[in-house]
Amino acid sequence: MIEPEVIKVIDSSADVVVIGGGPAGLAAAISAKESGAEHVVLLDRNSWLGGILPQCIHDGFGVEETGISMTGPEYAEKYIEMTEKKGIDAMKETMVLQFNEKREITAVNKNGLYKIKAKSIVLAMGCREKTRWNVMIPGDRPSGIYTAGVAQAFINLYNIMPGKNVIILGSGDVGLIMARRLKFEGANVLGVVEILPYASGLPRNVVQCLDDYNIPIFFNHTVTCIDGRERVEQVTIAQIDEKMNVISGTEKKIECDTLLLSLGLIPENELAKNVGIEINNLTGGTTVNQYFETTLPGVFACGNCLQVYDTVDVLANDAKNAGKNAANNLTIQKKDKKIFIKVVPGMGVRYVVPQIISELGKVHLTLRVEKPRESSVLHVIVDGKELLRKRLPWANPANMIGVDIDVPPETMTTSHNLEVILDDQ
Amino acid sequence: MTNERNITCIVCPIGCKILIKTNGMRLEHVGGNKCKKGIEYVKSEVFDPRRMLTTSVLVNGGEWPLVSVKSSKPVPKEKLFSILKEIKRTAVNAPVKSGQKIIRNVANTDISIIATKTVKNNKI
Repeated sequence: MIEPEVIKVIDSSADVVVIGGGPAGLAAAISAKESGAEHVVLLDRNSWLGGILPQCIHDGFGVEETGISMTGPEYAEKYIEMTEKKGIDAMKETMVLQFNEKREITAVNKNGLYKIKAKSIVLAMGCREKTRWNVMIPGDRPSGIYTAGVAQAFINLYNIMPGKNVIILGSGDVGLIMARRLKFEGANVLGVVEILPYASGLPRNVVQCLDDYNIPIFFNHTVTCIDGRERVEQVTIAQIDEKMNVISGTEKKIECDTLLLSLGLIPENELAKNVGIEINNLTGGTTVNQYFETTLPGVFACGNCLQVYDTVDVLANDAKNAGKNAANNLTIQKKDKKIFIKVVPGMGVRYVVPQIISELGKVHLTLRVEKPRESSVLHVIVDGKELLRKRLPWANPANMIGVDIDVPPETMTTSHNLEVILDDQ
Repeated sequence: MTNERNITCIVCPIGCKILIKTNGMRLEHVGGNKCKKGIEYVKSEVFDPRRMLTTSVLVNGGEWPLVSVKSSKPVPKEKLFSILKEIKRTAVNAPVKSGQKIIRNVANTDISIIATKTVKNNKI
């Protein structure tokens, strides 16, 4: 046991401290440095930088950003090289325990306990996968139940096969990509079970990961029971109705040894919650203004701990803005002309980021729709006035939508919300 | 005879549903694509479907047991599993540099298998 007095306390300070060295953290740190922050510190608990990118060995990364399709490891190495070149102080195997309102960070690694005073903080902690217990699947508790991302790390980083006969619950992108990956490594992928009437992953992944290999997808179905003593032996799947209730009599037992869960991602915000930063209950991420600043001045958020993105390209772009703003330390709490417009999702819209507009002018909104639709119209409305009207030939919850609006001066006097709605043409 | 079918484009995350009409080896109509890449994709998908192949190769003496790899260009769909079979028989010695050629002319396709990750020597 280590006696308290032998723990070395190391005091330091930095202009910008980025918490999390995944794609968002790397992009934010580089951008902060490029924007003039002298001392940028990047903290990550893993022994490598890049977060989950090294295990995402498939390609398609960077297409929108650079026009070149890269694999996850290639994309990560490009950014890691840049952090080295720019002289960013990256500390690996370093766990942030907490930070306070004065932006004093407590972190720990093999060298001791760090107290870092930061002028700005950028949160880039990423997200976690939902587990069996988030959806409460009844049955036994045998081995052989993994989240899709864990199975991905097993196969792609550690050379371990999670199983032979696999059922995948949920059609998120990681689950779809794992269906193909397992097939490549010789497993039987018996099917993907999706509770919704459509896939939650991107259309291209349904085509190139399932259709290409004749892997069936069971829409409007869920897993109702897991059986197995030591190891998974079978799962029961059943059809569900529009109210998400199981239709009795539709139960089917499928013999398998592995159940992968691709149920969606939850932003990781324990550190933010502990310091009292507001969390938005629609995104699970922090509430931010158009500068990606959270409700605690000087603390910014980006990446999947802000909202779960569908491509790294858009994520990195937003993270760069967050990093730049952190370097410039744009604060919403400007005393003189403080405005505060709440952005709320209306009919047909699941969520909108940012949730707060604190200054007039050009604002970029990102949003997701509630369900797939064809030919709909997106409206951005404040005080009955339409700021934007955009026709959408198609809209899919799996594809994040970005729009630019211009918030005019007369909005300053408004006490109303800015509403984003989607209706049929 | 004209055949009609929908193809979902896989070039980018949008995934356009593209309607195509074919007559034998002739492509008579392409519609619903939002960009030019969609037309290229459809042409390839109808007459010579190909996919980028990404997988991993065993590494001896590396900091990681595997190195991720990709095909130098998209491979014919029907050859995917014969290429995978050859890749599974392959192992490389650390260190491996990203971009390094791991297999040349894999399964006689004139396509190479290239490392997408740098794997250093195991420090122990």
